[in-house]
Amino acid sequence: MFCHILAPVDLAHVDRLTRALEVAADLARHYDIGVTYVAVTTPQPGPLAHSPEEFAGKLRAFAEEQAAKHGHRADAKTVVSHDPAVDLDHAIREARKDLNADLVVMGSHMPNLGDYVWPSHGGKLALHAHASIMLVREHED
Amino acid sequence: MSDETTQPGIPEPEGPTELIDTDYTIGQDNIEGNVGPFGFDIHNPVFMISGLSIVAFVFYALALPEQAGAIFGWLRPFLTSTFDWFFLSAANVFVVFCLALIVLPVGSVRLGGREAVPDYTYVGWFAMLFAAGMGIGLMFFGVLEPVYHMAISSPLGVPSPFTEDGQLIPENVDAARTMGLAATIYHWGLHPWAIYAVVALALALFTYNKGLPLTIRSAFYPVFGERIWGWWGHVIDTLAVFATLFGLATSLGFGAQQANAGLNHVFGVPENVTVQVILITAITAVALISVLRGLDGGVKVLSEINMGVAALLLVFVLLAGPTLTILSDFASGLVAYGKDLPALSNPVGREDTGYMQGWTAFYWAWWISWSPFVGMFIARVSRGRTVREFVICVLLIPSLVCVLWMAVFGGTAIDQVLSDPATSAVKAQVIDSYNPPMSLFAMLEGLPLAAITSVIGIILVIVFFVTSSDSGSLVIDTITAGGKIDAPVPQRVFWCTFEGAVAIVLLIGGGLGALQAMVISTGLPFTVVLLLMCWAIFKGLLSEKR
Repeated sequence: MFCHILAPVDLAHVDRLTRALEVAADLARHYDIGVTYVAVTTPQPGPLAHSPEEFAGKLRAFAEEQAAKHGHRADAKTVVSHDPAVDLDHAIREARKDLNADLVVMGSHMPNLGDYVWPSHGGKLALHAHASIMLVREHED
Repeated sequence: MSDETTQPGIPEPEGPTELIDTDYTIGQDNIEGNVGPFGFDIHNPVFMISGLSIVAFVFYALALPEQAGAIFGWLRPFLTSTFDWFFLSAANVFVVFCLALIVLPVGSVRLGGREAVPDYTYVGWFAMLFAAGMGIGLMFFGVLEPVYHMAISSPLGVPSPFTEDGQLIPENVDAARTMGLAATIYHWGLHPWAIYAVVALALALFTYNKGLPLTIRSAFYPVFGERIWGWWGHVIDTLAVFATLFGLATSLGFGAQQANAGLNHVFGVPENVTVQVILITAITAVALISVLRGLDGGVKVLSEINMGVAALLLVFVLLAGPTLTILSDFASGLVAYGKDLPALSNPVGREDTGYMQGWTAFYWAWWISWSPFVGMFIARVSRGRTVREFVICVLLIPSLVCVLWMAVFGGTAIDQVLSDPATSAVKAQVIDSYNPPMSLFAMLEGLPLAAITSVIGIILVIVFFVTSSDSGSLVIDTITAGGKIDAPVPQRVFWCTFEGAVAIVLLIGGGLGALQAMVISTGLPFTVVLLLMCWAIFKGLLSEKR
């Protein structure tokens, strides 16, 4: 059914991605395919790392941890963006194309009024990406 | 397991020895939450103090306009006349420091690590440097200043080529013409760019090589140590936000008045507050679109378009004006600048106080008060350059471009004034009556296709304000988010809108002049700060691997 899963992650808020990460891992085991965890960072130091290289190391460690925990193949891809607050959607879309992933599994917040002004990342990705997008709510009503 | 990045050649980790060992985590003092459906991630207390004190000062300027006008109206000339020697001496130190970095071995240190590659091409980089740094000034002063220094301010005592009743004195012409250009180039050449280079280099070094957050306080780590994460740092960052926002807002207010003057000249649009408020709203709206499109998709693209149009106007004036004279002015202006630089930059024993205090000291205070904003923006886009390459590109090349601009615009204007003083519109607007916003349009009037080039001039003035406004909003957003680059988008929308709103309120209620004088006044403490930065840079560079 699917060949390659891409799972965007925000390393600063992994606690908000528990269900999305589990779904990605379940699907990977079910179809016996790999998951590439993608995260976006800046050239400047941030809360998680002093440099893009240090950030990439942390993402690699995260992917290894997920692979060990859930028993699936895992990979990591760090994208460096000059302005991730704005370029995040584009960065994930390009990463999906580069990796040729045919399924994106990502966490998504409950819709709110703000989405009418700034649509959610998942919604925008589903609008533009030539792949299946699965949005997983961390909490449901 | 593999790892890839979108940019090839991201450097290998350089090892922990070069990073500053601090327990501070970027964003640790931040407050995250939601206002309605919109998220925020702001530094506590820099965001709140900056925002509230800006509102308080605006209220003060509106509630007691006469008092505010009197205090700040007195403060500015007091500072530039009392501390002129200090501003001039400090600026000389910055130039010497930067030139030394080019030749010293530490110049080979690369910002971002030994293997780092530049984030931007030279074209995109220069466009952003210029658009944020002084683009609008070139539009405003390109004609005004050379003509003014030639005929009125008498730098170094060089006499005017005009008598008091406007008659030409032929024997004074050559010396005054050359001095007009040299004295202008002095204000737009090495010194201002050295000021920007010092701040930008300090921030780039302590961010990319030392691992500290991209905020102004980081450059003070060698001076204050861990205390920069406390109130010392809060004060520094708040002052920088203050100077940047008021600098931008007051410039936006004055820019709207200039654009209005141009529209009045070309289209007969009435000059009033309503038109100016519409202009500020339009400029802010375009700046909003730019910040919402981001650094690469908005700010950089707009800067490149702007520089392209400015270059076209430059080429047009060069070809349509007295081309050979301009080229000769370019060469003679450069030679005169080199020859007169020691005398122009001499901080003591000067008799030309009108020029030295009224122009030079004012300019230095102005560049310095703007340096946190421009320096931080330059730092953000300069990763991957070596210190030597950085200094050459931030100091020497912009200086040369400024010389060329002044030779073309100023040279053409001077030629118009001297060749036909009786009918010269430039002479009427600059020498006979002092009307700065009209000087550019008066010069263009003397060239073919004036209707078209004047419209291009107005557009350039407006778009240069947009490029200052959008980059300024990004800088303020980053500082008030504790150095986080990826703070929620509504925050940059807030600052961009806030800046436009402050400009409109001050324009309607009065107080633009008072607050601009206050911004310039911040130049004095920042001069001390910049001198400390030179020491911090040198110390930081010595500990780097080369």
